[in-house]
Amino acid sequence: MSAQPYDVVIGLEVHVQLLTRSKMFCRCSTQFGAPPNTQTCPVCAGMPGSLPVMNRQALQLSLKTAVALNCEIPEFTKWDRKQYYYPDLPKNYQISQYDLPLSREGWLEISDPKGAFAPKRVRIIRAHLEEDAGKSMHDEVAGKADSRIDLNRTGTPLLEIVSHPDLRSPQEARVYLNELKLLLTYLGVSDCNMQEGSLRVDANINLHIPTPAGKVATPIVEVKNMNSFRAVERALAYEAARQYEAWQETGLTLGAPGGHKTTRGWDDQAQVTRPQRQKEESSDYRYFPDPDLVPVIVKPEEVERVRGGLGELPAAIRQRLQATYGIDAYDADVIVNQGRAMVDYYMALADAVGDGKRPSNWVQQDVLRTLNDRDIGIDAFPISAAALAELLQMVQRGDLDNSRARDVFNEMLSSGKSTVEAMQALGIARVDRGEIVELCQRLLGENPQIVAEVKGGKQKALGALIGQAKRHNPNANPATVREICLRLIESM
Amino acid sequence: MSLCYCSAVDLLGKLDSGEVSSVELTNAFLDQIATHDQTIHAFLRVDRDAALSRAAEIDQCRRANQPLGRLAGLPVAVKDNLCTRGQPTTCASRMLERFAPPYDATVIARLRQAGAVIIGKTNMDEFAMGSSTENSHFGPTRNPWHPQHVPGGSSGGAAASLAAGMTPLSVGSDTGGSIRQPASFCGVSGLKPTYGRVSRYGLVAFASSLDQIGPLGRSVADVALLLKVLAGHDPLDSTSADVPVPDYTQTVLQPLEGLTVGVVREHFGEGLDGEVEAAVREAVRVYQSLGATIRDISLPHSKYAIATYYIIAPCEASSNLARYDGVHYGYRTDEPAMLAEWNAQRRQFEARGDTQALDNLDSTLVRMYRRSRAEGFGAEVKRRIMLGTYALSAGYYDAYYLKALRVRRLIRRDFDEAFREVDVIAGPVAPTAAYRIGEKIDDPLAMYLGDLYTVSANLAGLPGISIPCGFTRGSLPIGLQLQGPPMQEETLLRAACMFQQATDWHTRRPPPTSTRP
Repeated sequence: MSAQPYDVVIGLEVHVQLLTRSKMFCRCSTQFGAPPNTQTCPVCAGMPGSLPVMNRQALQLSLKTAVALNCEIPEFTKWDRKQYYYPDLPKNYQISQYDLPLSREGWLEISDPKGAFAPKRVRIIRAHLEEDAGKSMHDEVAGKADSRIDLNRTGTPLLEIVSHPDLRSPQEARVYLNELKLLLTYLGVSDCNMQEGSLRVDANINLHIPTPAGKVATPIVEVKNMNSFRAVERALAYEAARQYEAWQETGLTLGAPGGHKTTRGWDDQAQVTRPQRQKEESSDYRYFPDPDLVPVIVKPEEVERVRGGLGELPAAIRQRLQATYGIDAYDADVIVNQGRAMVDYYMALADAVGDGKRPSNWVQQDVLRTLNDRDIGIDAFPISAAALAELLQMVQRGDLDNSRARDVFNEMLSSGKSTVEAMQALGIARVDRGEIVELCQRLLGENPQIVAEVKGGKQKALGALIGQAKRHNPNANPATVREICLRLIESM
Repeated sequence: MSLCYCSAVDLLGKLDSGEVSSVELTNAFLDQIATHDQTIHAFLRVDRDAALSRAAEIDQCRRANQPLGRLAGLPVAVKDNLCTRGQPTTCASRMLERFAPPYDATVIARLRQAGAVIIGKTNMDEFAMGSSTENSHFGPTRNPWHPQHVPGGSSGGAAASLAAGMTPLSVGSDTGGSIRQPASFCGVSGLKPTYGRVSRYGLVAFASSLDQIGPLGRSVADVALLLKVLAGHDPLDSTSADVPVPDYTQTVLQPLEGLTVGVVREHFGEGLDGEVEAAVREAVRVYQSLGATIRDISLPHSKYAIATYYIIAPCEASSNLARYDGVHYGYRTDEPAMLAEWNAQRRQFEARGDTQALDNLDSTLVRMYRRSRAEGFGAEVKRRIMLGTYALSAGYYDAYYLKALRVRRLIRRDFDEAFREVDVIAGPVAPTAAYRIGEKIDDPLAMYLGDLYTVSANLAGLPGISIPCGFTRGSLPIGLQLQGPPMQEETLLRAACMFQQATDWHTRRPPPTSTRP
């Protein structure tokens, strides 16, 4: 890493909206994008007299996540009220979990495929369930101070995943987030869509600075309002630099008078963090157990059942792709990062071709490029794994060179034709080896000076011959022509 | 005798036999209300038209021999903290003066399904906080036995409506005695069921772990009839118990053989009025004469019940009532006036150059919260919100709330042990009979101490019933409380009914009130 004169210490709090059909404590839909206040009922609107009833599916998805994060799952968990006044919180308390969350003390392993840092386990303090608040829309047009509240989101199940301050760079933070998102996506517990707010990140960051008098820590800052993983990385890089500068200027350290934790918001336009109102900082949430809900008992058998149903997780798949198909960590990472459907596509392809490396290259280059260009997923990719395998097998056998294969691939993409039809359309025929031998013999006879040059050790001279062969027969595979010519010259 | 003092059971018989129609019956009660409620003020609202049209509907069903519910055609009054769809549900608070819920409470839905005619919403202490119904924003209810006296509370309107013959059945709620104590003060019968026996969905919460809806009637048999309709599991209330509900009406008249009645030593100490003590002791002798075994028992932690209750209930209340802030629910302060005041203050601070005051100036949102709550809530509600907020604050939580939860468990354990020896516990409902309006309203502590014998059942989640057992020299009713083990309402009702079969206290009627106070 760079030679900055301090260690960065980062912990992340990630809020994930769970993929349940209905809300945490009522039957309203969690669908995003409906007209304001159309997905509400007495319960999520906090109507006097209404009572919450726990959504069991939300608990299941949370347990699944917690188990996948290697967390301990206590047998007893309960609901607490976190109390604060805010217009988008209809009851003026949020149902959350305080001292007995549904899970605690887990870890997530992260590594950088390019090796920028050593693989490490980021410890998870806890993952707990709570209900989301509504959305405030502040209408500041023409000096009006009206605010509007949309309660559609109110009561959506949120899983809050809190990491230990184990991350040592903004980059590690980003990799952690990528890995977490990937895991959640594989588990099918969240769509992790940051634009729609289904994944939100708050970061706690400070610096540990070695000084002659020993190590000192800068005051912890909670950074909010980061709308993408890239924004997280940038905000944290900015904040680390800012804290170092501030420390050099003021010498203020954690715990000293004025060195308490503060909150700053990331301004993505200006690429800076700015202080947020400090008044809210001193709030006392007056947590207490919610008497409207009964505690939840999670039996060890249930945890085991959840564990049994997890399916193969990204880290394990990466290992398996490397071991089974002989591709390297970087390639395995790229494929796994595309999601389970891409992994299945790749494996079907590699199994049919009987090789891992070439399918890996094709998937990462040609297939991925197409998916990006067309903004589609592998599910909507028009060439099946079997069809692509047929093409790659021809390349493998030497019947087609890469550039001809790419032409066929593009033809298949644009026309939807099968491999054979596409080749016919392009006038590409499978070439008989005898035909190529004949052609090579003729060309060698016509070009004795090249034969002499090759014999003199200048194999490069063959290039001209290969070019001629291609002109005579466009289907001639350069590698095959080269191999045949060399063998013929040797026997001359 | 006028229809208005007939028992609910008898009235159902008359309806079934065709002796009287639901419309006639409903009219009789509406007339009684019209005649007497100006004095008593048991009702906050009477929906005459809706009641009569529902009654006519039921009459038609009956004539057409269609299947009818258990209460078909019978008027029922409901406390104004139970949500009634499209109808104001005010909790006797200025805060909810204009709140009309878009849904029915589960018990309201059950009543409707049983064919009950909901005749009106009864008065109460604001948000059920109080023991005299003097804390109603809309004015107190008077005790039909003596209009200068309180009817008890918080279900004072429910109890008074029965004593005054304005309804045959009434639904109340009990958080610390709010059904039993007014029943006692008004000479009627009222049951607080086991916590979880009746769904709380749609009951505007005061203290969620203590609140329970229950029936009031002029006899135990009527209470049994109404409980059967109210009770039962509700998937909308996570704390409602999924256990079968016996048909109380089938068994209530059967006396219990070999009944053991516990008498709690600690109940007969300081503060208990002599006349009340005498009546309760006499009631115990009645049980003895009916063949019951009387056993002296102890509930050693009962002396902590009031302290425990007045920590837990306000803590939950402070949270439950947080939503009344003028944004989503409830009264909102006059905004232009509020903004004008705020701006004037700001200009004043600016003119003085007082940056400290400017820093401390609240936001207009916080100002709106403050003023709305200051103006929308009455004194007793504010007192309890402050008590609860304080007790839940960082640094105090362990000493107050957590400690109170621990004592609560000890109180429950006392009862569990006692019920290994006895079937029911008999004792006073309140230390005195109904006091005069205004007598205690400025002494909250004295008022709280009146809940001495009732709060334990709420803290322990047990059923308790109050039945009339005598009168003071001043002709005010005295109540007997029976408490039973969890889910043993059937035993409790039978034990209480035995007493009513042997005595006639519950058949006494208050003197007719004048139409002027």
